[in-house]
Amino acid sequence: MDLKEYFSLVFNDYTLRTITLGTAILGAVTGMLGSFAVLRKQSLLGDAISHAALPGIAIAFLITGAKDTNILLLGALVSGLIGTFWIRGIVKKTHLKSDTALGLILSLFFGFGMLLLTFIQKQPNANQAGLDKYLFGQAATLVESDVWLMAIVTGLCVLVLLLFWKEFKILLFDADYTKTLGFNTKTIDILITSFIVLAIVLGLQTVGVVLMSAMLLAPAAAARQWTNSLAKMVFLAAIFGAFSGVFGTAVSASQNNLSTGPVIVIVAAVFVVFSFIFSPSRGLLFKQIRFIKNRRDLKLHKTLAFMHQIAETHEDISHPHTIKILNNFQGYTKGTLKKLVDKGFVQLQGNMWSMTEKGYSTAANLYNQQTDSHE
Amino acid sequence: MEQKIAVKVDDLTVAYNYKPVLWDIDLEIPESVLMAIVGPNGAGKSTLIKSILGILNPIAGSISIYDKPYDKQRQLVAYVPQKGSVDWDFPTTALDVVMMGTYGSLGWIKRPGQKQKKAALEALEKVGMLPFKNRQISQLSGGQQQRIFLARALVQNASIYFMDEPFQGVDATTEIAIINILKELRKAGKTVIVVHHDLQTVPEYFDWVTFLNVKKIATGPVKDIFNDDNLTKTYGINYKVSIQE
Repeated sequence: MDLKEYFSLVFNDYTLRTITLGTAILGAVTGMLGSFAVLRKQSLLGDAISHAALPGIAIAFLITGAKDTNILLLGALVSGLIGTFWIRGIVKKTHLKSDTALGLILSLFFGFGMLLLTFIQKQPNANQAGLDKYLFGQAATLVESDVWLMAIVTGLCVLVLLLFWKEFKILLFDADYTKTLGFNTKTIDILITSFIVLAIVLGLQTVGVVLMSAMLLAPAAAARQWTNSLAKMVFLAAIFGAFSGVFGTAVSASQNNLSTGPVIVIVAAVFVVFSFIFSPSRGLLFKQIRFIKNRRDLKLHKTLAFMHQIAETHEDISHPHTIKILNNFQGYTKGTLKKLVDKGFVQLQGNMWSMTEKGYSTAANLYNQQTDSHE
Repeated sequence: MEQKIAVKVDDLTVAYNYKPVLWDIDLEIPESVLMAIVGPNGAGKSTLIKSILGILNPIAGSISIYDKPYDKQRQLVAYVPQKGSVDWDFPTTALDVVMMGTYGSLGWIKRPGQKQKKAALEALEKVGMLPFKNRQISQLSGGQQQRIFLARALVQNASIYFMDEPFQGVDATTEIAIINILKELRKAGKTVIVVHHDLQTVPEYFDWVTFLNVKKIATGPVKDIFNDDNLTKTYGINYKVSIQE
């Protein structure tokens, strides 16, 4: 199946449609919530939560002995939440910094989860096969009810975001100040963190424990490059996330069933790289172009200012001077002189140059203009 | 005439881990003064403000604002944090930050509307930042960021203003602009409390001063207590200053 075939099938084929819808919704909700995690400098929280969810999956299976997705994810949710609140507790009660707390909980829970998984695999219960799918996810196991669950959580998330938008924004920007205004910052914090945990847990089936944090961070990091408005950033992150899901599924379905989770993450990474390079305001490419342009302008301005100094000493500003006089000046090259002529700042006559009216006034205001544009 | 007490601090003690940062502070700040809190690094100046505002939890002590517990009087108090306490690369505009000052009076869920926007624009005008209202905040200079923070507090339309080093890293022009606004606030009957570092400017800017070094050294009118004796007690060295008449 090639990409074209995939897109013609996606609307008719039940499995393809379910998987595509699922990954798109998942990408959208993680992108939205990821924006908040990134702006709070809690990028690694997602990684810790997803890893912390693993023992929950294993324990849920041990207790019920069945592989019901909803029950397993409920287990993941509980242990993810426990991990998250332990992280908060460690940071609050000890001298440890949050990166240490995150790393500690991540490896501890993940280690315990792996231990349980190997223990389960040694069990005679034939039902146990496939639990390790949660490590890297398997989008093909998505069924309609999973997608409905994702859609409901996403809808709830959008509703909460709309209701508490102002509270979320101010908490992200300035938590201490929020407290002085009389808001219970703990409530806002718990609300937002719980949704992040929920979104991550929902993604475990599709993308898996190991790669889930990329779903949270990549769309948000890409979106940040394109806008300076929080609302637009959240919206863009949702779009990027959704497209990563759709394209990732398309590529994986059309290329001999490449594993969907990793492909989605790679597509999201492509969004990030593209944004880092091509964003007009923050991108590397335009930054470099602006830098080169500024340097050229400065060379030109230096020469112009030097000419202005000379012209100033004469009553007639268009008094001609020999080009040789410029040779002592380091900013001057034949190229800059030609550019000044092109711009109409300077006239050339044989070996002599003279300033035009326009060039003189531009040079006189050079410094003013620069301070203006900086203020 | 007896002045009303705007802020009263009783037996305030704050500790990080084992070390006390503030020790048994009693403080009465009268209404309508412009007060500097001075003291060396680590004296607990910011901690004092943050404890009064409920950002930090003290081990002991109580705070009252106009004779009522702080919790009931929050809307009377505005806060200007240290400029460095937030991430200025946050995706938002100057106007948006100033609007945040109205969130407290709005309460939960309710969105700011035209009324709030108008108040924010007026505050921006007051601090001379109206032309920058749509500027992304990372593209503002340090002095401009400080003005934005001041405008955000002005929007709260409070009676008491707490400011944590508002003159840190700002140029002379901004410093004068800010102090003029603070003096105006005092004239309007507001109480302004400022963590301040530049001892030279204390007599010129402020009419009330508190010396702090873990314990309260002294508090009162600048003309009465801003002297070598208190400075030496606070800073531990003989700090010579001349008070200009």
